[in-house]
Amino acid sequence: MNKKYDILIIDDEEVIINAIKMIATFNELTTATAINPKDALALLEEAEFNLIITDIMMPEMDGFQFLEIVKQMKIKTPVIMTTGYSTLENAIRALNCGAIAFVPKPFSFEELTSVFKRGMEYSKITNKLNSRNDCDDLLSIIPCPPKYYRLGFDSWMNEEYTGTVKIGVTDLFLNSVGTLDSIDIMNVDENIYQGNTSLKIIDSNEYIHQVLSPISGKIVSVNEKLLENINLLAKDPYFEGWIYTIIPFSIEVEIKNLTSCSSDI
Amino acid sequence: MKIFNKIGTRLILAVSFTVIVIISVFAYFNIQSHSNNLISEVERHANQLSETVKNTMQFDMLQNNREHIARLINTVAKEEGIKYIRILNKKGEIIYSTDKTQIGTMLDKKAESCYACHSENEPLHKLSIKERTRIFKLNKGSTGILGVINPIYNEQSCWNSDCHAHTSDQTVLGVLDITVDLKEVERLTDESKMDVAIFAIIAILVIAVILRILVKILIQRPVRDLLKATNYVAVGNLSHRINSSRKDEIGKLADSFDNMTLKLAEARIQLFQSDKMASIGRLAAGVAHEINNPLTGVLTYSSFLLKRVKDNPEMKADLEVIVRETKRSREIVKGLLDFSRQSTPKTGKIELKEIVENTIAVIANQLKINHITLEKKYGQNIPQLMADANQIQQVFLNLLINAIDAIGKKGGTITIATKEVYLSPYGTFQIRNATCLNGHSLIDEKHKIDGFPSIKLKAKSSQNEGFIHLNPIYGKHQHHYGIQFNDNEAINLSCPQCGISLVNENKKSPTCGAPIYSLIIPGKGTIEGCTKFNCNWQRWDAIDNAGDIDFVEIKISDTGSGIEPQYLSKIFDPFYSTKGQKGTGLGLSVIWGIVNNHRGKITVDSLVNEGTTFTILLPVRYE
Repeated sequence: MNKKYDILIIDDEEVIINAIKMIATFNELTTATAINPKDALALLEEAEFNLIITDIMMPEMDGFQFLEIVKQMKIKTPVIMTTGYSTLENAIRALNCGAIAFVPKPFSFEELTSVFKRGMEYSKITNKLNSRNDCDDLLSIIPCPPKYYRLGFDSWMNEEYTGTVKIGVTDLFLNSVGTLDSIDIMNVDENIYQGNTSLKIIDSNEYIHQVLSPISGKIVSVNEKLLENINLLAKDPYFEGWIYTIIPFSIEVEIKNLTSCSSDI
Repeated sequence: MKIFNKIGTRLILAVSFTVIVIISVFAYFNIQSHSNNLISEVERHANQLSETVKNTMQFDMLQNNREHIARLINTVAKEEGIKYIRILNKKGEIIYSTDKTQIGTMLDKKAESCYACHSENEPLHKLSIKERTRIFKLNKGSTGILGVINPIYNEQSCWNSDCHAHTSDQTVLGVLDITVDLKEVERLTDESKMDVAIFAIIAILVIAVILRILVKILIQRPVRDLLKATNYVAVGNLSHRINSSRKDEIGKLADSFDNMTLKLAEARIQLFQSDKMASIGRLAAGVAHEINNPLTGVLTYSSFLLKRVKDNPEMKADLEVIVRETKRSREIVKGLLDFSRQSTPKTGKIELKEIVENTIAVIANQLKINHITLEKKYGQNIPQLMADANQIQQVFLNLLINAIDAIGKKGGTITIATKEVYLSPYGTFQIRNATCLNGHSLIDEKHKIDGFPSIKLKAKSSQNEGFIHLNPIYGKHQHHYGIQFNDNEAINLSCPQCGISLVNENKKSPTCGAPIYSLIIPGKGTIEGCTKFNCNWQRWDAIDNAGDIDFVEIKISDTGSGIEPQYLSKIFDPFYSTKGQKGTGLGLSVIWGIVNNHRGKITVDSLVNEGTTFTILLPVRYE
């Protein structure tokens, strides 16, 4: 366990590995690569990583199986998943399985850079928590309130008495983004869909971070206060910092894809 | 098929055998009694004759006028059927006989004529009439003979007579023996036997012919129809229907067969549709994966290069094109994936105009090639609909492609018009569920009126009874009557399953005063209507009170070849296609299903060589 790299890249195609490596190198991140999950597991035995980026569709073992084994090995390294078969189901499943981000192929230089930035930040946060010798990941992070539901660590939803649903971003996501600069949100009357990008958060380095929506519905109102004061989002992400109010299309079906925050505590 | 394997032949053989047995038994007893009657008639006649002869002879015997007696019996014996007449004295000597050779011979007491009295050791003094006759055959093979013996008893006149031949202590003086030939009786009996045999043969022939015809009508034809239908289904023609009008078991079998084919057809459409979507899904997944990987290479390297050439505006512009177009390719592949996933319907608020425009974009090229002008007449302030955008787009796409096909290469116009309409539920609202008081569903999926499952009721009039299929559109009165009525007659209606009456005698129709029927619409109150044949009154409070229904109407008209009137009612049927090899015949049936699932309605009007108009009504809200 003497070697230490920033990123472990797993993909069955050489050209993708090279592309990712190039982006990582440009961002001054060190990399190790594996062309299948087996090699990757061998690498995980002998070296430490801050971040793993893996393809989903690979022969022999797919990305989800790999993620499962990594979890069993008690490796806390955050995982980014990517695939050419970028369906909503894959996106939702990846986030539910504990991936910190889902990046559909093809991605651009800027898109992957943003995810790397956030991933490294996330890694730092978890390392910090671990070095404090505390097993709870969420200690210095405000946990999502009970009765809320979340999609991975991206976004949360809370059903209101009126039947409408409030949607926002989790504190862990905001923390991994770093300093917020602005947000790019959708308009009233537009439809958002579960697993699709519902808003973009731009950090102080002008990197754009996409947040996937926890649920589908029609936007009936947006939090105007956020546009005036972006800091409200980081200050109170679960109440004052809500993003949209929506009328859900089929909440009963979609809620099965989400994690209940009651189980987090 | 071998002749003995046919139901008809087997039935005829079985029935013929039964007929032969029945006629034989009947004939045996009948001929027996007929023959007995004839014999007893002969017996009576012979007895009478014997008595007559004896009485006639009495005087001659007293006179001992033997010549007279001989002449008398000879004369009587000339009567047809009489074989011989003889008189025996007490000792058994034949003293008179029509057969002269017998005169003077002695008869043994064991002889046939004596047997009746002398079977006992002592001779009997009195013989009852029945005991006097006996039937015997002189030798084997000859005809039967009936003999009547008539004892001549001693009387006062006999022993007082001048001849003093007999003393007073004698009881029987002699015997008059008349034998009658039974040849005639036997001939009549044989004739009867012949008659019966002929009758039996004719009966069997007639029964065979009638059975043959009945089997042909009742069994062979419907079975042949069924067989033909199964062969059609076997080769994949699921639109064939037997449409049997029969009410018997085979009719029910045919109905059940039709229903099965209908269900099979529906299942096949669903299978076809889901199979198609699954194939497209697999294809899209494969394409997405295969294309997205190389696209990743292009996009990452080009965007990386773009980052590095910030100071070279010329290269930057070129690279920007590469990045932009690669991102566009990314969106196209994403669209393909989204399309493959439309098997899971998503209902949301949709903007109709947007969907129509999207559809037009897909077929814009085809319109140009075929020189078709597209006229758009969008109504003002069309409300948004709750619907599945993909499915609705599929409806428009199919209708527009049909319109283009109908116009062909000669060019023409397609008009798309939308408007908001408020329609009274009366005459537009479909009754989708109706039950009797016992909760039996009255909806008949098999009998459709204008494509909608009808309401089946049992009807009884003064003349006969049968079934009525009510039009399921509230306020429409194209009902299908299975029986005839008088114009002004009130009909008795009941549930076809449990027979409970649907008529409420206490309530009267406000227009004509006849009793009303009422059907339960689960969750939506009751619907009432007049039972009188020619009265069109109907009321459905729950729906009437809810007010007019808000619809969006979309009309798609073309100036194409039109549809012949006789095909108009069929075009929404699955597998019905006028395009021959070109179409699957699924398009319009799928469209009908989508519109129906949205609680909407689709109708078609067409004139040959002038064009076709499809009108779709979609409710703005539906429950």
